[in-house]
Amino acid sequence: MSTTDSSAGIPAPPPNDTNRRGPLAEVFFSLLRSGTFLTGLAIVTFWVACALFGEHFAPYDPLADDIINALAPPSAEHWFGTDQIGRDVFSRVIVGSRDILTVAPLATLLATIAGTALGLFTGYFRGIVDDVISRILEAFMAIPVVIVALLAIVALGTSKTTVIVVIGLSFAPIIARTVRSAVLAERELDYVAAAQLRHESALHTMFVEILPNVIPPILVETTVRLGYAIFAVATLSFMGFGIQPPSPDWGLSISSNYGMIGGGFWWTVLFDALAIASLVIGVNLAADGVHGAFND
Amino acid sequence: MTEPAKAMTGKAANALELRDLSVAYRVGGRNRAVLRNLNLTIGQGEAYGLVGESGCGKSTVALSVVRYLPRNGSITGGAIALDGQDVMKLDAEALRRARAESVSMVYQDPGKALNPSIRIGRQLTEIFELASVSGQAAEDRAIAMLNRVRISDPVSVMQRYPHQLSGGMQQRVAIAMALANDPSMLILDEPTTGLDATVEAEVLDLIGQLRQELSASILFISHNLAVVSKMCDRVGVLYAGMLVEEGPTQAVFNDPRHPYTVALLRCLPRGGQRKDQGRLDTIPGFLPGIGADIKGCAFADRCVLATERCRTEPPPLYELGDDRGRRLSRCHYHEQAQSLPRATPSNVAAPARQAASPAVLRVEGLNKTYASHGHPLRAVKDVSVSLRPGETLGLVGESGSGKTTFARLLLGLVPPDEGGMIELEGKQLAPRLESRSDDQVKAMQIVFQNPDSALNRSHSIRHIIGRALKRLAGLSGAALQARLDDLVRSVRLTERHLALKPRQLSGGLKQRVAIARAFAGEPRIVVCDEPTSALDVSVQAAILNLLADLQSKEDVSYIFISHDLAVVRYLSDQIAVLYLGRIMEIGPSEDVFAGPHHPYTEALLSAVPKLDQSETVRIRLDGEIPSATNPPSGCVFHTRCPRKIGPICETQEPPLSEAKPGHAIRCHIPYEELERLQKKAVEPEPA
Amino acid sequence: MALSLVTLFLLSIMVFLGGQVLPGNVGRAILGPFADQRAVDALNHSLGVDRPLLTQYWSWISNFIQGDMGTSYIFRSPVAPFVIDALGNSMKLAAVAFVLVVPIGILGGVIAALNLNRPLDRIISLGGLSVTVLPEFVTGIILILIFGVWLRWLPISAAWPRDAGFFTQLYYLILPSLPLFLVLFGYIARMARSGMIEALDSDYTRTAVLKGLPWRTVIWRHVLRNALLPTITVIATQTGYLIGGLVVIETLFRYQGIGSLIFTAARGKDFPVLEAGILTIGIVYAVATLAADFLYSVLNPRIRLGTDQ
Repeated sequence: MSTTDSSAGIPAPPPNDTNRRGPLAEVFFSLLRSGTFLTGLAIVTFWVACALFGEHFAPYDPLADDIINALAPPSAEHWFGTDQIGRDVFSRVIVGSRDILTVAPLATLLATIAGTALGLFTGYFRGIVDDVISRILEAFMAIPVVIVALLAIVALGTSKTTVIVVIGLSFAPIIARTVRSAVLAERELDYVAAAQLRHESALHTMFVEILPNVIPPILVETTVRLGYAIFAVATLSFMGFGIQPPSPDWGLSISSNYGMIGGGFWWTVLFDALAIASLVIGVNLAADGVHGAFND
Repeated sequence: MTEPAKAMTGKAANALELRDLSVAYRVGGRNRAVLRNLNLTIGQGEAYGLVGESGCGKSTVALSVVRYLPRNGSITGGAIALDGQDVMKLDAEALRRARAESVSMVYQDPGKALNPSIRIGRQLTEIFELASVSGQAAEDRAIAMLNRVRISDPVSVMQRYPHQLSGGMQQRVAIAMALANDPSMLILDEPTTGLDATVEAEVLDLIGQLRQELSASILFISHNLAVVSKMCDRVGVLYAGMLVEEGPTQAVFNDPRHPYTVALLRCLPRGGQRKDQGRLDTIPGFLPGIGADIKGCAFADRCVLATERCRTEPPPLYELGDDRGRRLSRCHYHEQAQSLPRATPSNVAAPARQAASPAVLRVEGLNKTYASHGHPLRAVKDVSVSLRPGETLGLVGESGSGKTTFARLLLGLVPPDEGGMIELEGKQLAPRLESRSDDQVKAMQIVFQNPDSALNRSHSIRHIIGRALKRLAGLSGAALQARLDDLVRSVRLTERHLALKPRQLSGGLKQRVAIARAFAGEPRIVVCDEPTSALDVSVQAAILNLLADLQSKEDVSYIFISHDLAVVRYLSDQIAVLYLGRIMEIGPSEDVFAGPHHPYTEALLSAVPKLDQSETVRIRLDGEIPSATNPPSGCVFHTRCPRKIGPICETQEPPLSEAKPGHAIRCHIPYEELERLQKKAVEPEPA
Repeated sequence: MALSLVTLFLLSIMVFLGGQVLPGNVGRAILGPFADQRAVDALNHSLGVDRPLLTQYWSWISNFIQGDMGTSYIFRSPVAPFVIDALGNSMKLAAVAFVLVVPIGILGGVIAALNLNRPLDRIISLGGLSVTVLPEFVTGIILILIFGVWLRWLPISAAWPRDAGFFTQLYYLILPSLPLFLVLFGYIARMARSGMIEALDSDYTRTAVLKGLPWRTVIWRHVLRNALLPTITVIATQTGYLIGGLVVIETLFRYQGIGSLIFTAARGKDFPVLEAGILTIGIVYAVATLAADFLYSVLNPRIRLGTDQ
């Protein structure tokens, strides 16, 4: 720990020269300068490309079994080895992102829309509406998302749509909370009073006056949530409540093979685990970059 | 470890010496100059005032001296000598010792300067511990220190946390902490900014008294010229990180020799100047931004006197002959500075006032009670006013006086308690905004204090004003466009501002946008809630002029809220003085200022520091403004009233009684008696 | 306090709806589509799920409060002992993770803030972010492969032998607690870091430095307490996520905790066990939040003392 004369200080004075770039453009340029964001973006782009075009360069059919060659260790023929029914692990890892990259973004989109609407209404109207909804959301958030999802999926049955809806609705309160606190702060600002003094409708005030100002926290929260949605979908698939066989989904593959790692068949799970890890870290690095760009 | 700096015996000639000090902040990847070759010397025991508008670098001077610049700031050249010791050459330990032993600093916002989770006592005793005084001895010294800053119950204050003290008390504690190490150099950076007028007066008095008792030299930094003139021996005027003028305080303020100082002094409404007597002078243009490339004189672009030479040849600090002390001015034409022509003509068209037009606004018995932690908080109590077209009602009061709540009640943003009445042009208004008609809503608009909060930062200026025209004036298409151009011109914005977002405008320009928005629907009444308190004086003058011009042109009435009496006086025809939600005094502006006044008004007037030191009486209030949740019994002012007459003040609330037509005072002391008392106070004591 | 009770009440309604209303016909769900309708009706009757909803909720919740958590559809025995046993086991696992992560996470955040924007800060911040966002089963698998399969240092199952002593149990719990540790580490470090940065930039820290206090004293006395207050709240809310992680970890390591109980119940559509397990987690969460609020108000004089005015 060194003692410097300026170990901490008051915030920098704002640049006084008028900046001609709009705020969003500024965020965009600062994203392009952020190594964290670009790294994350590269990783995510790679997996999106695999999901879209993986079939064309995967050496084997990811679903084709080959019992004779089951559980073969990595070799020149099968770079990542084969699983317990002889499917090529490399090919499966390449295309394994397809389902999770459909389900997680859709769930996030649903969460963002529902959460933004909820947050805007509760933050704007305050009072009883806010109290009641906030209590319900809080009760919702008292339980880990994975368990809420488990309960709902057991009750409703497993399908991709269920997973999207359940994760989307589980995340909505979290986004709503972020939006609500941003709206509560905005609502205290005098431009809202000025809108009331023009007899603007509540909808106009919410969506035209307030919403544009709370976009930054919504964007940040959405990118962060996307990471957690991937986390949640992978976990549910691993537990058998998410994406269903015969999909080559990573979580699902780990679920069906991890029973054998005691026997040393590490290749059946390691590559899937690393794939999930890289995707999740990629999304979160990008999210961190977005967060940094908005909070500079 | 290095040889302790204290090894030197005796004091250097100067307490502080800055030689060619340059400081830059790194913003957007570039170093931008904030201080440019600043030279400044403070003698032993001297109080030096540094004044300037925001962004001129005055706080940076203070932070450089204690070497506590923000992370992105760095000293790019020059030297700083504290008591002859080069601050920039100190290593970490020596710097710590210098801070512990010879220099202290007090700054704005004492609430943040004290650690919220440590008791006051501990925050004081740790300073004595640095000097190896601990335990009971440290406690005793801390109590003595609190006594010294006139804290009446130091033992109990020692046990408290900062949030349990009022702003004035917090600043006293901060001053006690700064003085605890008996520093040779005390830096005060806007120490009273943000405090209420009566509290500010007390703190300034305290600093003045402490100066007599202590030997410390003082660097006093402020944007407020009058405060500096009251406190300091010498003053330096800072502009764009450079000293533009320096000299003995009275000499500089009475006989300024730099066009900037001249112009700055003219921007202040002084000597009871009023809107119908002429416009304030202004300074055109803007301060150069930090890091701006300055070729000649930094002020040349804004100076009416500037010649080609000013734009190309940087003026040195000319030494002026003056028998009152050494004087400097950074102007090629310093001998002509006083002849600086006005930037804004003074003459005004006399408004054609209709003699007895009916009131545009009548308010009767307005009350507002909030619930605060289960206790009723009477923010506004029994307020009645009336206002004629084209007139301004000034509302004056300190924090907690209810002036902003009153404005919000009028506008319907907050519903009043049952029973009161607001009448606009003879028609009673619904308590809530939603139930008022569109015509009623557009007739009463507001200019808020803080334009950053009042203007939607996502919208362009065109959208902000255009939307107001659409909703309030019901315009659209070409008619809207024509009116928009008109309105923009009338608040002296230009076409090129329309595409910008608020953050791309300076504070003054933003406030013009807010004014344009308020005037979009041709309102009858505009509430101005401290519209200039966030602005520098040069910008303030332009806004006040604009408001005055618009009023005489549109015959609009203002409700003008401010804590600055000179500003209120400039614009107001009537003035109401509020204290704890009650009107203590109301009457024609000149009567309220001339007196006799309510004892509170008297104290307020006396609290304002004046540039010319013409002050003859000093009325100081004891204690703090009571909380509105638990107002004092009887007359709410009795706890602080210097003219309290007896038990009646504590038991019975005096009525607001009319002393003269239109002039009413809420006091048990009869009008004639007040007149006698206050007249006596004003007369100079026979020597 | 009252608010937590409201929250718990609402939670109980949601759990009840999820467990008893959404699945529709419970008897049919258990017996399958080909069972005889009369058998289904009989089962429904014996389970009490043919009564009006309000009656069902009331009897469920009033019994729950008295410690009767209902009867498992599958084991045909009272749920309470399962839940209590499992909760005890989970607590052990969570405790190991918590004891490790709270001090290390805070320390990491503090060190990062004191080295703001230097390499050490980047390593802690980005490293913390990366491990925090990984699903527990992914880190779990990788850790099992490294420490259990390749190095063979630690057992890959958390099921310790009968009559295992404290240290043996601890030994078995190290590997399962590591994924939980990693998930929480980044989160806590991040909060501690931003709390520190804010406190270091504050005016009161400036006051302390300008008093001439040694840097060490400034940090210990003036910065740390204010910086870490918000972190306490975060740690408490993280108990919820910790428990979410338990479901996965306990499944992966075959550990008899509340997570694996819920997982098994979900697989077997054993709604009484599922509901009881989830409501129990809600109670744990509410208690943790209350404890955090209490601690926060004790440490924060502004809340403890209020204002004098």
